[in-house]
Amino acid sequence: MTSTATPLDIVTIKADFPILARTVRDGKRLVYLDSGATAQRPTQVLDAERAFLETSNAAVHRGAHQLAEEATDAYESARARVARFVGARPEEVVFTKNATEGLNLVAYAMSNAATGGPEAERFRVGPGDEIVVTEMEHHANLVPWQQLCQRTGATLRWFGVTDEGRLDLGDLDELVTERTRVVAFTHQSNVLGTVNPVAALVDRARQVGALTVVDACQSVPHLPVDLAGLGVDFAVFSGHKMLGPSGVGVLYGRSELLESLPPFVTGGSMIEMVRMEGSTFAPPPQRFEAGVPMTSQAVGLGAAVDYLSVVGMERIAAHEHLLTEAALSALSEVPGVSIVGPTSMVDRGGAVSFTVDGVHPHDAGQVLDSLGVAVRVGHHCAWPLHRRMAVPATVRATFYLYNDLDDVTTLVEGVREAQRFFGTA
Amino acid sequence: MQLDQMYQEIILDHYKNPHGRGLREPFDAESHQINPVCGDEVSLRVNLDGAAGTDPSATVVDVSYDGQGCSISQAATSVLTDLVIGRTVRDAFDVHAAFVELMQGRGQVEPDEDVLGDGIAFAGVAKYPARVKCALLGWMAFKDAVSRSTGKEETR
Repeated sequence: MTSTATPLDIVTIKADFPILARTVRDGKRLVYLDSGATAQRPTQVLDAERAFLETSNAAVHRGAHQLAEEATDAYESARARVARFVGARPEEVVFTKNATEGLNLVAYAMSNAATGGPEAERFRVGPGDEIVVTEMEHHANLVPWQQLCQRTGATLRWFGVTDEGRLDLGDLDELVTERTRVVAFTHQSNVLGTVNPVAALVDRARQVGALTVVDACQSVPHLPVDLAGLGVDFAVFSGHKMLGPSGVGVLYGRSELLESLPPFVTGGSMIEMVRMEGSTFAPPPQRFEAGVPMTSQAVGLGAAVDYLSVVGMERIAAHEHLLTEAALSALSEVPGVSIVGPTSMVDRGGAVSFTVDGVHPHDAGQVLDSLGVAVRVGHHCAWPLHRRMAVPATVRATFYLYNDLDDVTTLVEGVREAQRFFGTA
Repeated sequence: MQLDQMYQEIILDHYKNPHGRGLREPFDAESHQINPVCGDEVSLRVNLDGAAGTDPSATVVDVSYDGQGCSISQAATSVLTDLVIGRTVRDAFDVHAAFVELMQGRGQVEPDEDVLGDGIAFAGVAKYPARVKCALLGWMAFKDAVSRSTGKEETR
């Protein structure tokens, strides 16, 4: 991690996020530690959406009037900026409703390959083929693959997770073989914080001719990510986890792949020519954006990546590193608290999940909430992972650029308060 | 303080010393309920007296359960056993309806202690929509188990 990055000016950053000024539960300062679920939005993003709606709102890619032209420019400009932010070209960025939709798009497009003509042949899966995922996936990067297997007769296999919460790559060569068509994995676990070894997985997938699909929901908002540099085939991330609006997400696909990938959702905007007998489809990314797309949301996401770029992803990553390290160290000192995930900062991001002996996560979360601390409790849409780690649920704190060490202190005090309240300490 | 409103002493007592916990034989039917939001689960068995069937005057002889979950779900299931064991199915369902009404009332329903006993302690929980499902987990299992039990009788 870059220790040379200049520290963030948290006071100035906080001032950009109006919601952080409010109080909750009888006047408590809001300590927002749930950015892994959804991040808060700075004024710059809110203003960009409003300005767009007040001056240029129109349906994009249709109509010849001035507003339509301006709206289309704003939408495409957002695409170009988002693409640059992750080291991609604009035509490699597909706007989706969210990351979940992006993953479903790939999975469904693959089952549509049967009807996609010879260029789609490479995406075809069927009996005898294998899809490899990991035990630490969010349900969004697991269930669509289970369903693809069910539709096509392919077999689902998965990497296990070590006790420490790292991906177990011991059986990499046995799991990813000539039969493997897809290796789908998370870049950074939304529960454990583990950052997975993308290079090793991409190398092996390439050796056997499998596609890589990466869930980058927890990495793109928090680390400098160069998707082209990582060499992944597909990746998804969500707008609302990176200071942008909800209702917009991104599917990245290497140009060459998107060009031959059949569509998923069909209809207006995504066609080349339509006759009663049949239709041909537009080139990507339009092929994957049927219907009038979300426009102000895309504009908002463009403003979000501008904001993140001005602050600097290196600095944000360094800041979160600091907070995560502080949280891990302080929580480890509380008797009865167990961290679920790596306790060392090597290849680790800012999600800190833990259990408290004798206090159910829901109850711990309720005590924290009464103190103004917003955390997530439950299985965080990663039920198999919780089963693997032998815990029914966890409390999860996630950090972002607007959090500070006071937030960490309040979190740890809250955990101790929960222990006092339930009489376990 | 808000926290005390939710976690009444009665709730904490039932949580720390749950009544009727543990799965027992004999039983007529079992229900397994999961709260998909948090992964909490309960397995609950009911044993009705011989007359069971579709007869609402059958008596709830025993309710036994096991599972894992937060204080609210555990305490609510413990209170359930106190309230329904020894009652007729008809009366138990009336209590059930009253508890569901209380929990879904967003804190606007005044609970009747004569009907709900220790269940009135959950009035504060009803103000927290995210926790209502916790409180109802065991109660839903009870209703489901009784329905299964009567359904089974019908096919005999």
